[in-house]
Amino acid sequence: MNNTQGPVWEVFTQKKSGAPYQHAGSVHAFDKEMALENARDLYARRDKPSGLWVVPASEIVAVSPGDAAPFFDPSDDKVYRHPTFYEVPEGVQNL
Amino acid sequence: MDFQEKLHEFQQYIDAEEKIEPKDWMPEDYRTHNIRQISQHAHSEVIGMQPEGKWITRAPTLRAKKILLAKIQDEGGHGLYLYSAAETLGISRDEMIAQLHEGKAKYSSVFNYPTLNWADIGAIGWLVDGAAVTNQLSLRRTSFGPYSRAMLRICNEESFHQRQGYEIMLKMAKGSPEQHEMAQDALNRWWWPALMMFGPHDNQSSRTTKGMLWKIKRASNDELRQRFIDKTVPQAVFLGLKIPDPKLRWNEATGHYDTGEINWEEFNQVIHGDGPCNRERMAHHKNVHAEGAWVREAAAAYAARQE
Ligand SMILES: [Fe+2]
Ligand SMILES: [Fe+2]
Ligand SMILES: [Fe+2]
Repeated sequence: MNNTQGPVWEVFTQKKSGAPYQHAGSVHAFDKEMALENARDLYARRDKPSGLWVVPASEIVAVSPGDAAPFFDPSDDKVYRHPTFYEVPEGVQNL
Repeated sequence: MDFQEKLHEFQQYIDAEEKIEPKDWMPEDYRTHNIRQISQHAHSEVIGMQPEGKWITRAPTLRAKKILLAKIQDEGGHGLYLYSAAETLGISRDEMIAQLHEGKAKYSSVFNYPTLNWADIGAIGWLVDGAAVTNQLSLRRTSFGPYSRAMLRICNEESFHQRQGYEIMLKMAKGSPEQHEMAQDALNRWWWPALMMFGPHDNQSSRTTKGMLWKIKRASNDELRQRFIDKTVPQAVFLGLKIPDPKLRWNEATGHYDTGEINWEEFNQVIHGDGPCNRERMAHHKNVHAEGAWVREAAAAYAARQE
C-alpha cells in the first residue's frame, strides 16, 4: 500500500528551560517544518514546553529489548561506583 | 532587530534564569567564552587521568585497584560529556585537541604535580575532586543548557570520588606512624595546588565579569575557594592532619577561615607550562593520540567502503 503519511519523526520536548529533552511520541510529516508543526499541535497543546526537537525515526539506532540485559550487564556489578559503598565516619561532614 | 536589541533581549533572557540552547541566538563572545571554558574543563578531566593512572598497577589491594580504575574511567567519561557539550557550539573534537596540543587551550594546573606515594591518590580524591566538585556544583546553574546538564551528570558521579579519597586518607592517617607521615606529606604537597584550582583572586581575573554577567560562572573564584576551605578544614582535623598554612585560623567575626596567601608566582609558572610535570603530561597525551591514529584511520576507511 502507498504511504500517504510521509515518514515518521520522533518528538522530544523540554519541560522547562535547561531540563533534558524527553521523548514524547512520534508524528508523520513530509519535511522538517511540517514535523515541527505537527509535533507542536500534537504534543504541546498544553503546558507550553520550552523546547521541541524532531528527529527522523529512521535515523534512530536502538538496542533491541532482547539484547538489553547482556548489553548493559557490566554496569551493575560495580558497587564501589556508588557513594554508599564508603563508610563516612560519624562527625565528618560535607563529604 | 539590530545587534544591541538582540543583545538586550539575550541578557533579559539570562537574567530570568532561562537556559541558552545551541540553536538559540547568542553573541559571538558568549559562544567563544563557553567554548573556551568547557573545552578547558574537558581537557582537565582527561589530563587528570594521568597522575592517578600512574598508581593503577601499584594499588595496594585488588579492592583499591578496582575503585581507582572505576574512578579514572569516570574522569574520562566526564571529559567526553564536556567535549560533546562544547561541540554543540560549532567547534570540532579535532580542533579542541589541536588547541590542547598547540598549548592554545589550557587545563587545570593541579594536574602538573606528581603523585609520589599512595596517599597522594587519597589526597587527590579528597582535595582535588573536592575542589572540582565545589566548582561543579555551582556550575549546575550555568546558563548554557548542555553544559549545565553535563554538570548535573558529573556531580552525581563525583559523589564517590571524594569519599574514596577520604577513605584512603583515613586509613593512612590512622595507620602506622609511617603511613600517617605519608598522609601528612601528601596533604602538604596537594593543599596549595588544590586552592589554586579556583584561579586568580576576583580582582585579578579579567574574565570573571563577563562570565558572571552572562551567568556562565555562578560564583566567583574567591567565593568558591572559601567554600572549599570552610568545608575541608574540619575534615583535616578529623584525620588528625595539619593544614600546611601557619596563618590558617577560624574567624569568629566572618564565620570563615582566614588563610595565608597563595604562591601566585608558582601558579603562573605552572599554568604557563613550567610545572613539575607539564612536559610529561603533554608528551603523554600527544603520544597516545598519535598511537591511536591508525584506529581512527581504519574506522574511517571501513566506513567509506560501506557507502
Ligand atoms: Fe576530576
Ligand atoms: Fe571529573
Ligand atoms: Fe572526579
